[in-house]
Amino acid sequence: MSTFIQTLIVGLRLGSIYALVALGYTMVYGIIRLINFAHGDFIMVGGYTMIFTIPLALAMGLPAWTSVVFAILCCALVGMTTELVAYRPIRKKGTSMTALITAIAVSMLLENLAQAIPAIGPNPVVASQIFSTGGFSIAGVTMEWTTVSTIVISAVVMVVLYQFTQKTKLGRAMRCVSEDKEASILMGINVNRTIVLTFAIGSGLSAVAALMYMAQYPKVYTTMGMMLGLKAFVAAVLGGIGIIPGAMLGGLIIGLVESFTTSYVSSSMADTFVFLILIIVLIIKPAGILGKNVGEKV
Amino acid sequence: MLEVKDLNVFYGAIHAIKGISIKVNDGELVSLVGANGAGKTTILHTISGLLPAATGEILLDGQNLQKMQANKIINLGLAHVPEGRHVFARLTVEENLRMGAYILKDQKKISENLEMVYAHFPRLRERYKQLAGTLSGGEQQMLATGRALMTNPKMLLMDEPSMGLSPILVKEIFAIIQELHESGITILLVEQNAKMALAISDRAYVLETGTIAMEGSAKALSEDDRVRKAYLGA
Repeated sequence: MSTFIQTLIVGLRLGSIYALVALGYTMVYGIIRLINFAHGDFIMVGGYTMIFTIPLALAMGLPAWTSVVFAILCCALVGMTTELVAYRPIRKKGTSMTALITAIAVSMLLENLAQAIPAIGPNPVVASQIFSTGGFSIAGVTMEWTTVSTIVISAVVMVVLYQFTQKTKLGRAMRCVSEDKEASILMGINVNRTIVLTFAIGSGLSAVAALMYMAQYPKVYTTMGMMLGLKAFVAAVLGGIGIIPGAMLGGLIIGLVESFTTSYVSSSMADTFVFLILIIVLIIKPAGILGKNVGEKV
Repeated sequence: MLEVKDLNVFYGAIHAIKGISIKVNDGELVSLVGANGAGKTTILHTISGLLPAATGEILLDGQNLQKMQANKIINLGLAHVPEGRHVFARLTVEENLRMGAYILKDQKKISENLEMVYAHFPRLRERYKQLAGTLSGGEQQMLATGRALMTNPKMLLMDEPSMGLSPILVKEIFAIIQELHESGITILLVEQNAKMALAISDRAYVLETGTIAMEGSAKALSEDDRVRKAYLGA
């Protein structure tokens, strides 16, 4: 029983990280129908920002995790720049295929640019301890502080984000732009500004995910976002891409499947199961678990 | 109120609007009628800034709309009810209406306008929590119209409000348009249903492939032989 609960908790922790990254994919897809392949690399940007700013935070007498603030700002800036410099001009002139290729190019650019910067380079660096070590035990189940922090922070971030999109004017504007750009313009919404804002939020979330990820796996390297990004993308598709609760659900499912497979089958089978589940779900529900077409009557 | 002068619009290489001039005076209900592809919707889209004009001027109370960002035009009191309703399907009825008041900051004013729209369209009040995508075509048309009224516009552009609706609903929608007209709102109406449009309009323009074929009072046009043959099925 304690193994089961332990596995469940590890799955939730992993799942919350996937969910945070998946949210970035889904928000951007929702608003401009683009799979932002560079999104995984934003995690790397966040990771390195923290590597460089943790000493700064510690010097100021703040805990290491506060460096996430710098990472959020940096990732948001990189995300907004990507939209303004690469995606927006392509959207005006190109097709969705050119946009997709551009996204892959931005991903490659970020990875290779990072490697070329002397302070980063091709070799991994290891982050210092982010959350306090240790934890506590209840009924034979060990809870590390890192795990508790990850789950709690992700949950809070997701609730706040969901409320933001549902209850605030800006959030509603984002939903409108994602649904119908022309009608949004007629309502007086500045569509381009809303898209940039979406990039800022989605990219900022990847910085939070980077924090959680580094707390568990402190190694930071230039391609660290690839597999994590891919699985988060799978999570977004699984839940129904473009749908915010779908990304959260998809992320948790992927995390749990991975954790349970590792624990009860074999760690080498974990990714196999993740992608197998993706295929099965998509055969049964092509639009993802929460994806559905609201039939528009004409 | 609205003056379109010598407007030319291109879709790529296609010359869709060929030097059209239109005038809508304060408080008037003016119709643009004509066959599919005559350029009616293109004109409305250009007025709202959704499409760029090649040459020509669009003036609303003397202000040149083409020099403005499209999303700022609603601030001048010009609202657009687009063809095919374009309601936000995944938002509720009330959320849709509140989006109509996006540019307003005064919550009290928004609540008042919401009440005003519900008074015009009691059906929308009954369904305020329902997702707009699940409404019937007629209800969606009411919602799109109500949404456009949320800023108390001086002028409405209405694009094919009767499209795809049953004859009873068409009558209902036209009654609403007339009601809005009588309440003092200036309206530029685009309709394929020329008969109904002419019956409620003050003046009308007949469009044929990007040019104005005829213009005049709605009454005169509905009695014109050419119009009767081509558009009124008589």
